[in-house]
Amino acid sequence: MNRDERIKALKKAASERILVLDGAMGTMIQRHKLGEEEYRGAPSNSAAVGHQEARFKDWGQDVKGNNDLLTLSQPDIIKKIHMDYLEAGSDIIETNTFNSTSISQADYGMEELVVELNIEAAKLCRAAADELSTPEKPRFVAGGLGPTNRTASISPDVNRPEFRNVSFEELVEAYSEQTTALIEGGVDIIIIETIFDTLNAKAAGYAVLKVFDDVGIELPIMVSGTVIDKSGRNLSGQTPEAFWYSMRHLKPFSVGLNCSFGAEDLRPAVVDMAAISDTLISVYPNAGLPNEMGEYDEQPNTTADFIEGWAKDGLVNIVGGCCGTSPDHISAIANAVKGYPPRTVPDIEPRLRLSGLEPFVAG
Amino acid sequence: MTKQTTATFINIGERTNVTGSAKFRKLIEADDYEAALSVARQQVESGAQIIDINMDEGLLDSEKAMEVFLNLIASETDISRVPIMIDSSKWSVIEAGLKCVQGKSIVNSISLKEGEENFKEQARMVMHYGAAAVVMAFDEEGQADTEDRKFEICERAYNILTKEVGFAPEDIIFDPNVFAVATGIEEHNNYGVDFINATRRIRENLPHAHVSGGISNLSFSFRGNNAVREAMHSVFLYHAIKAGLDMGIVNAGQLTIYDDIKPEMRELIEDVILNRRDDATDRLLDAADSFKGLSTAKKKKDLTWRTKDVGSRLTHGLVNGIGDFVEEDVEEARQSATKTIEVIEGPLMDGMNVVGDLFGDGKMFLPQVVKSARVMKKAVAYLMPFIEAEKKESGEEGVNSSAGKILMATVKGDVHDIGKNIVGVVLQCNNFEIVDLGVMVAGQTILDEAKKHKVDIIGLSGLITPSLDEMVSLASEMERQEFDLPLMIGGATTSKIHTAVKVNPAYKRSQVVHVIDASRAVGVASKLLEKSGRDAYMADIRADYEVMAKNYATKTKPRSRIEVARANRFVPDFETNKPVKPEFLGIKSFDDYDLKQLVETIDWTPFFATWEMRGRYPDILDDDVKGEAARELFGDAQKLLTELVDEKSLKAQAVIGLWPANSVGDDIEVYEDDTRSKVIATLHSLRQQMERRQGDKPNIALSDFIAPKDSGIPDYIGGFAVTTGIGEEDLAIRYERANDDYNKIMVKALADRLAESFAEHMHMRVRREFWGYASDEKLSNVELISEAYSGIRPAPGYPAQPDHTEKQTLFDLLDAENNAGIKLTESFAMWPGAAVSGLYFGHPQSRYFGLGKIAKDQVEDYAKRKGWTLEKAEKWLAPVLAYQP
Repeated sequence: MNRDERIKALKKAASERILVLDGAMGTMIQRHKLGEEEYRGAPSNSAAVGHQEARFKDWGQDVKGNNDLLTLSQPDIIKKIHMDYLEAGSDIIETNTFNSTSISQADYGMEELVVELNIEAAKLCRAAADELSTPEKPRFVAGGLGPTNRTASISPDVNRPEFRNVSFEELVEAYSEQTTALIEGGVDIIIIETIFDTLNAKAAGYAVLKVFDDVGIELPIMVSGTVIDKSGRNLSGQTPEAFWYSMRHLKPFSVGLNCSFGAEDLRPAVVDMAAISDTLISVYPNAGLPNEMGEYDEQPNTTADFIEGWAKDGLVNIVGGCCGTSPDHISAIANAVKGYPPRTVPDIEPRLRLSGLEPFVAG
Repeated sequence: MTKQTTATFINIGERTNVTGSAKFRKLIEADDYEAALSVARQQVESGAQIIDINMDEGLLDSEKAMEVFLNLIASETDISRVPIMIDSSKWSVIEAGLKCVQGKSIVNSISLKEGEENFKEQARMVMHYGAAAVVMAFDEEGQADTEDRKFEICERAYNILTKEVGFAPEDIIFDPNVFAVATGIEEHNNYGVDFINATRRIRENLPHAHVSGGISNLSFSFRGNNAVREAMHSVFLYHAIKAGLDMGIVNAGQLTIYDDIKPEMRELIEDVILNRRDDATDRLLDAADSFKGLSTAKKKKDLTWRTKDVGSRLTHGLVNGIGDFVEEDVEEARQSATKTIEVIEGPLMDGMNVVGDLFGDGKMFLPQVVKSARVMKKAVAYLMPFIEAEKKESGEEGVNSSAGKILMATVKGDVHDIGKNIVGVVLQCNNFEIVDLGVMVAGQTILDEAKKHKVDIIGLSGLITPSLDEMVSLASEMERQEFDLPLMIGGATTSKIHTAVKVNPAYKRSQVVHVIDASRAVGVASKLLEKSGRDAYMADIRADYEVMAKNYATKTKPRSRIEVARANRFVPDFETNKPVKPEFLGIKSFDDYDLKQLVETIDWTPFFATWEMRGRYPDILDDDVKGEAARELFGDAQKLLTELVDEKSLKAQAVIGLWPANSVGDDIEVYEDDTRSKVIATLHSLRQQMERRQGDKPNIALSDFIAPKDSGIPDYIGGFAVTTGIGEEDLAIRYERANDDYNKIMVKALADRLAESFAEHMHMRVRREFWGYASDEKLSNVELISEAYSGIRPAPGYPAQPDHTEKQTLFDLLDAENNAGIKLTESFAMWPGAAVSGLYFGHPQSRYFGLGKIAKDQVEDYAKRKGWTLEKAEKWLAPVLAYQP
């Protein structure tokens, strides 16, 4: 299938069933217990070939923790994770590019590598998806844009509330670079995810639309926010409805929530979003809340049970997992939602819908 | 409004707008963002569902201010919970704002003003930023004022947005332009109806679109009377909301309930807004003061002061400028006086002393003082026949009880006299006797008249730089002819430093004093005539002037040699900005131009300055201290202006010219036609000679803005002379005869403003039609006044080219005397005085600059180019010489 056919197939599949995303990338990488040397490309226990041992050996900064770099230094590990999720039943898998912007890579001095990181991540993911794709169950690749490690609407300095450590333009530039490379690498979808500052996400959206215009290709966009408390607000203070009105102009393929806390506590926000959004709803929660060791220990069946509840109530179209979830979780989730029809997208009356931190609907 | 209608009406808070709120502007200018935030908070607390934020102020870095303020709002959750309306006439400011808001905001505004392409492009950007947009009923032709134009533009914009751009119709908010009603101008009467009807049509025909408006524009002519304004807004909203208006920019804390407005007032206001009767405006104006219930109303209606004794009544009349009862009051005073003169010396002078004290204390303002003087003159005119009769009867000379006699004149070659007249009035108010010789008075006439009238002081006025020289030569003559009278000097071009350096050394037998404005004139004149202290006072002034002159002599700034300055000339880019060939070459004259077109573009700030009321219009009308006086003055000005326009008592004439031209060195050759073979005139320019460091700013001359002859690029230059002063003098004389100094000064002040407006207007037409290099330009009044356009129109005699004699070349080219009825005096002042002339430069990089002081090498060179002797050059360039000739 070419890209246009895949996009058509994606839309068709979404109309027929609840689609399944993959689970955590970071959690799976952690299991390999990689050290500084392995991040730089030294052979690891789990992967004997495919690394670029020489290339980052003498990199001037520590790179341990730069999971996105593993696309280049340990591609076998990354590809294996993708394959595991595909085998567990994922319809859509995500590129290993959560931090592949010049802004986030600046922490490792690797801004120069951004284009390569994204192209290679997309190719790797593409190759994995294509391997298992069948006409009955086509697999799709979503190019992931993370939130970066900066906030455009919150000052990092309490004494200077007007100050920002990143500007809209800088974000647009970084996201444009990332998006262009992901498209070049062959992704089917752009997913703006783990949005804790809506202004960052608007910059990402602005960049994505601009790149679409520039390259003449338009892909489905998935938008996924993160809430920080039980009231459902994100870090920059918006309610889910206000958030939706801020992002709606992207005419996204889906909108929803990820990360945050476990599925159980996320339910009220999911109910809200499902009621107001005239597009597909995606939700991929964490495996519960972290325990005192910082580990997620919610069992696959537990997560799957909560998600099955949403499916039963017709709240969701796309589901998956975030922090702490594994192929076992995805497998459980895929099984749990299998028998349920996808949520029907409601007709929302055309009205002027604005937002500050709170929604405002005219008339 | 009833509850039902408000339910769907959206209040947009308007107070966080630097153009609409003087308070907010001051806070932003002072960087007091803390307090500015509290304005925003107060709006939200008072029920604003959206807040409009506007930072469009010429002196602000608007993009920066927008960014800082929005960033601050982001961390104030009690404010940022509501959506933001980002309001600016500049796209760059809007974009700066869009980059700071995480919510879905509204852009205010975009329009078809600059054409469809621009409109679509901005609409697409708005979509990418995720905002809704206010679309103004404004197209390539201008702002829509009639119902049909309003609707048609909105319909066209709607179709483009929804069909071509893919803009969601529910995200479109039309602003069909709320304009001021009850302005006294008949064409404005239907503005309210036009808006309401257009609103109805938009809502009926353009599905899902909204309608909004800046409501406070409506009541602009009632500035200062908030009670009436709020009532007007409520009544207007009541009707507009019924027609479908569903949002409005309003002062959220301040809406009167429709049903709470007194029925009689409501009817008057409805008459105005719905244009129900021809005299609606007058009726509302009459009732407005009583509705406001403030002091101006009391003056008219509250006649309790009439019950007081005659002295108090005279004082009250004088202080409040009420002339209606003055004749009966002086008659009463005369009956009880032994001699008529005692009425003047007693109660009338007492009253004027109160005026003088209040003025001195800053509790009265110049326009009010001039009105007091008008009452005083009326009283004196009534009493004069009695005084003359008594004199004849008794055969005795009247005892001169005045504080002193002062001769006043505008010097030879100069025609400007508003300032002189004001000073004269203020001095009269303080019991000085004035002998006014008028304008263009020869030196010897001044001296002869001074002797004849036995004056105590001579006062000289002048506005243009050659007048400075006249003053110096008059001072020398006074010295030679052994005068020992103090000399007072004032006028726009005069200065303390010039007086100290040039006039003071020329006249040692008595003392010259520079007087900075009318309010100081009384103090200076009194001290100069005070028997006991005058010598000490004069000695102090002389000492002060001598120190100033000495410092001045030692403080000469370094100048670059002229060759060095020329090497550092300004080189505009003639490649990307190729000179545009004008639509016609030659001259074009305009006879009896429609004054109505000039009223709207009047820049009022200088008008208030003329009356020594400093402050920016319109903020000055709301000023805590001066506001009331300013409103009164403004009201009087509007009334007279309407009269002048309606009765065509002033006539406007203009001539413009456009010619092929190229620069040759610091000169500009003007050619007969595009073959460029015959030079018909040479315009000389002067070059800045301040020392510049390498890579620093250039040393500019006006000739830099015209392509050099040897570049082979055909360039063009324009010139103009406009006047609105035909008839001005007759009117002034009429008022003078009626003892009405107030309107005499007013006529001239208004004619001056009209002339400036005419120059601005003509420049606009030249840019857009006659030269046509900016045919797609669209600017608002405010932008016009702040000169936000491409190209300049510098006048000879002003900072860029201080040589007034260049005006002659310009006038010859234009044949301005025959074509526009404007003459030049021997000092190159224009007559009538309400006139403006200058050159047009079209290059987008041309700009205004100040020449600064120039060195002898350039003066010598300039003399050579002009065919002058060095002495002649030094005389005409005296104010800008960097050396003592």
